[in-house]
Amino acid sequence: MPVISFEHVSKVYPLPAGDVVALDAVDIAIEAGEFILVMGPSGSGKSTLLNIMGSLDVPTSGEVTIAGNRISGMDDDDLTLLRRDHIGFVFQQFNLIPLLSVVENVEYPLILKARQNGSRERAEEVLEAVGIAETHFSHKPGELSGGQQQRVAIARALANDPDFLLCDEPTGNLDSKTGTAIMDLLDRMNREEGKTVVMVTHDPRMTEYADRTIRLVDGRVA
Amino acid sequence: MTFFDLARRNVSRHWLRSVLAVIGIVIGVIAIATLGIMGNSIGLMFGDMVTDVGDTLVVSPATGVGGGKLTERQVDDITRAVGSNLVIPFASTADKISVGEKEGGAMLYAIPAGDMPSLLEVESGAYPRDTGAGCLIGSQLAANGRENGLKLGARVRIGDETLRVVGVLEERGMGFDINPDYAIVVPYSWYSSHYDEDGYDQVIVKVRDVNDLDAVKESIEQRMNRREDVVTVMDTRGILESVFAATDSITVFLMGIGAVSLIVAGVSILNVMLMSVTERIKEIGVLRSIGTRRSEVMRMFIYEALFLGLAGAVIGGALSFCAGYVVTAVFVGNADYLFDPTSLLYIVFGMAFGVITSVASGLYPAWKAAQLNPIQALRHE
Ligand SMILES: Nc1ncnc2c1ncn2[C@@H]1O[C@H](COP(=O)(O)OP(=O)(O)OP(=O)(O)O)[C@@H](O)[C@H]1O
Ligand SMILES: [Mg+2]
Repeated sequence: MPVISFEHVSKVYPLPAGDVVALDAVDIAIEAGEFILVMGPSGSGKSTLLNIMGSLDVPTSGEVTIAGNRISGMDDDDLTLLRRDHIGFVFQQFNLIPLLSVVENVEYPLILKARQNGSRERAEEVLEAVGIAETHFSHKPGELSGGQQQRVAIARALANDPDFLLCDEPTGNLDSKTGTAIMDLLDRMNREEGKTVVMVTHDPRMTEYADRTIRLVDGRVA
Repeated sequence: MTFFDLARRNVSRHWLRSVLAVIGIVIGVIAIATLGIMGNSIGLMFGDMVTDVGDTLVVSPATGVGGGKLTERQVDDITRAVGSNLVIPFASTADKISVGEKEGGAMLYAIPAGDMPSLLEVESGAYPRDTGAGCLIGSQLAANGRENGLKLGARVRIGDETLRVVGVLEERGMGFDINPDYAIVVPYSWYSSHYDEDGYDQVIVKVRDVNDLDAVKESIEQRMNRREDVVTVMDTRGILESVFAATDSITVFLMGIGAVSLIVAGVSILNVMLMSVTERIKEIGVLRSIGTRRSEVMRMFIYEALFLGLAGAVIGGALSFCAGYVVTAVFVGNADYLFDPTSLLYIVFGMAFGVITSVASGLYPAWKAAQLNPIQALRHE
């Protein structure tokens, strides 16, 4: 069974100037362990696709199944718990919580799920796995470089051992050398840990990492 | 690291803003607690001043009847109406008195000598007799008049007659029947012949069993006011209750003023919290996207308000104690009232109100934060 399956999924934004069709009858099935790239011109619906895969957004029509859960009829809490327990997000802007130290950022989703402290060890383990040195654990995110922040963000996404990672242009804010290092990290997580990765990118060089590329044009799979 | 931690860190991240919001709560708590203590102390002060006259009825002539005096016959009627309970008629007047060379004015109470022991306590000396020319002086009059020679054994001139002070009264406090502390008490027989007067101003009825108070009052009214209102009967317990009700409403009024300042503080908390939500829209989006539920976001912000409220309440509570001391010492004149449990309760009350106001002010911003759409919040710059 696929980890993510889209059947005839459409997303329409009703605007005064007329409806915007961000996704148009999309059919996708992503199997466990795949490394998928999503490419396409700006405004083609890549982020919309990823948001629906991440249960941050719901489709206007069509059927979405995430980690075995049909999301139609789910309420906000159900969708939130789906994100917490099955999905890891990595953003272009890193989006770490500035109030929390590096290790606390990674610990946060663990505490959210386990409802207790004492997840420090697991957080440190994941941070080491993504290549963050222990000396940085107690730093605030702002004290790290962009590449380091993105590694911490990946560690946070991996903390609860999700079924898949959703990455929206994770290298978009990084220079190409750092970007390559992040790609290598995601690739390693995919091959060694068997993590399913779905990644939006504009960079054609990334295709060498991917099992498959989904191309979107005007909200349709090309 | 919990939601409480996050809230605490956010409060200290903007410490100046938080301090200003807390100051508002502090002022509100102090205002409520101090004004409450002040009102309560006024009530306590009344309670202390008024002697225990809960068992007393005071019968006065109804307004405009018989020149405002009660006759001997009417007093006899009242005596019959009240059965075995004690009836003490008295008259009062003010007159010039002189002791040696010194002259002054004083209040005179004329009471049948035989009734004096059941109404008044003598501190030193003895009660005067109906036949003699003796008098009693009130405790305050004695205290103030000592250097003028007004003391036990002194001779007091009233008009062309002289009375000897045979006793000094114990302090009695403010009463609804008589207030002898600043007065001279003379036998009624002396008063009657000296002023050529045979009526009484009022009649005090001491009811043996407090539970009979209403029945005795009823009985007097039935007997005396058969055709028209001849007398009015005051139930001192009822008067006391209305005085306490009045001081209670003073307290409520004062605390209302305090509450207004707390509302102002609540608005400033609301403002700070709305700022906090607006600044952290993106952060809220991130928290939501990694699996934080709406209720958890809400909780985080309510904790923030709770934090401000607790800080304000603790500081405000401590300062209320100091302010309460000043208020009771300066305005009421007795700081002991502060330590009365009913007064201290107002500090607790003020603190509770501070916390409740903060949390209530945080509810709307917290709700707003929880309702944010995660995608739009994430896109926010
Ligand atoms: N909240 C919204 N309201 C209205 N229209 C929207 C909204 N979100 C997205 N859209 C529209 O949907 C379409 C797809 O947007 P989306 O963000 O998915 O594009 P994208 O492929 O991620 O683009 P980019 O490469 O620039 O990030 C666009 O035309 C966009 O204007
Ligand atoms: Mg996009």
